[in-house]
Amino acid sequence: MAVYEQQELRKPPISQVGIVRWLRVNLFSSRVNIGLTLAALYMLYIIIPPLLNWTIFDANFNFGEFSIFGFEFGEVMATNTNCGRSAACWPFIYEKFDMFIYGFYPRDLVWRVDSVFAMTAMLFVIVRLVRNRKGSAKILLTTFVVFPIVSFYLIAGGVFGLEEVKTHQWGGLTLTLVIASVGILVSFPIGILLALGRQSNLRVISFFSTIYIEFIRAVPLITILFMASFVLPLFFTGGVDFDKLLRALIAITLFQAAYFAEVVRGGLQAIPTGQYEAADAIGLNYVQKNALIILPQALKISIPNLVGSSISLFKDTTLVLIIGLMDMLAMVNMTANDINWLGRETEGFVFVTMTMWIFLYSMSRYSRKLEVRFSTDHKN
Amino acid sequence: MTTENNNTNIIEISNLNKWYGEFQALKNINLNIKEGEIIVVCGPSGSGKSTLIRCVNFLEKFQEGEVVVDGIQLTDDAQKIRSIRSEVSMVFQHFNLFPHLSIVDNLTLGPIWVHNETKSEAREKALKLLDRVGIRDQAEKYPNQLSGGQQQRVAIARALCTSPKIMLFDEPTSALDPEMISEVLDVMVELAKEGITMICVTHEMGFARKVAQRIIFMDEGQIIEENDPETFFHHPESDRLKLFLDQILTH
Repeated sequence: MAVYEQQELRKPPISQVGIVRWLRVNLFSSRVNIGLTLAALYMLYIIIPPLLNWTIFDANFNFGEFSIFGFEFGEVMATNTNCGRSAACWPFIYEKFDMFIYGFYPRDLVWRVDSVFAMTAMLFVIVRLVRNRKGSAKILLTTFVVFPIVSFYLIAGGVFGLEEVKTHQWGGLTLTLVIASVGILVSFPIGILLALGRQSNLRVISFFSTIYIEFIRAVPLITILFMASFVLPLFFTGGVDFDKLLRALIAITLFQAAYFAEVVRGGLQAIPTGQYEAADAIGLNYVQKNALIILPQALKISIPNLVGSSISLFKDTTLVLIIGLMDMLAMVNMTANDINWLGRETEGFVFVTMTMWIFLYSMSRYSRKLEVRFSTDHKN
Repeated sequence: MTTENNNTNIIEISNLNKWYGEFQALKNINLNIKEGEIIVVCGPSGSGKSTLIRCVNFLEKFQEGEVVVDGIQLTDDAQKIRSIRSEVSMVFQHFNLFPHLSIVDNLTLGPIWVHNETKSEAREKALKLLDRVGIRDQAEKYPNQLSGGQQQRVAIARALCTSPKIMLFDEPTSALDPEMISEVLDVMVELAKEGITMICVTHEMGFARKVAQRIIFMDEGQIIEENDPETFFHHPESDRLKLFLDQILTH
């Protein structure tokens, strides 16, 4: 038998670091890996240079003459004919920029759309400022109720002396954002209720929630849009002709609610029964139990999937062009049919792709940040 | 041991039967518990101990029999269940703290939402209780940052926060590392001195001997023997209990 001294703590051995080691470990660790690395490099060699040539080096950037502090820059703006076909003609996007962003929204009123954009940006600032402050929940809740209402009346007008802008004039990125945000924000609470409904002990509620979710999920969005757009009006023969955009919004909301419901249900199932029992044992009622204990945890787990589902919806909004709504994607064909800019769809599609990517990638990054912020595991 | 004087009984269980599907988990349980009494329930696993105490705050539904807690008879009525639960607190084997809330918020949840206390008075009381279980300095942390023993002490403080008349302990130390068991038992011994009614399902025989006024031995869904600690350990009557004590006490 023996007694041993307690040992001192030591630093871990310093392993090789640096770029060469990184390359060897990640790119050239085995024969297969070397092969794949070389193949990937070759692919990049084929794709990247022509892409850069098309979008930047050979592309036309003649946006016309302009002056900064009295110094004149540029030359006469390029036209479709002197732009050439072998590379991008960005003056087309430059000239049609307003169409892509606002559609047919009256040009003298676009300041209203712009202020909504500005308010959205401010929203993020507010969320950041009041976070962890006393009474932040109240401020945020009010903001999230007031903000959509104010935004809607700013864009639609018809009150406080604001000139009314009919929905058929809405278009471009504005319309895309309206559809996506209404679709996501309105369907979210409905989705939560459906998820709770499906889990409910009350058979009738659980039955109807399940039927609804499974029915909607079995039907493509485009079918639901068609139904809402063309079949629904047949039921309202008495001259009831409600707004085309509203019909699309209802269809998308009902569709998205079913998907959110399944995502939230996944989160609910991950909550151990002990949490329900502890909440019950304390004496919380059903609403308190779900609002204070179950949903905060379930939604936290669901953030990646909720955002994933929202991203899908954002992309799916482009389907509304099929029922004649002029979203950003629809603007590509619209603008490339302009007699002065015939055949410039490619530039349009690239522009729409980049815009979409900026929004969707931001959403994805933001979700990652939320996950980190709400994490209560082993920090400090 | 059962008292005939019903006035002092805070829990009265009569002819309680419970089934899980075809399986009968509780068989004809009769048990009266006086106010301030400290009961330890033991027995082999699957004997229905946990099921029995979970019937007291209606976490388990039962098919036959009566459970009366502090004069309120348990039925499906949600209002009655809630009013019983506001007087009966429970400590679970796996702590069941709310991981998304800080320690102090775990404690104040019940007082604020069920007992309509103000935030500041609930918080003040919570901090006092945390002090009592010796983890005042961890108040702003989250449950997952604490050790098992600390978490269970938080759970006990949470159970106390609503000033319950009855405390139910469902194997509070069986999920703990051996080193942490005593810190939880110490808190429970302290509690036992204060006259709160306690029902503890536990295998900690040392604890039972020290604080229990009555020990109940269960097997296969029924009460086999109930006695004061002295008789229970030294003069067990039934063969089943003799065998059980033999198995747990020889090592």
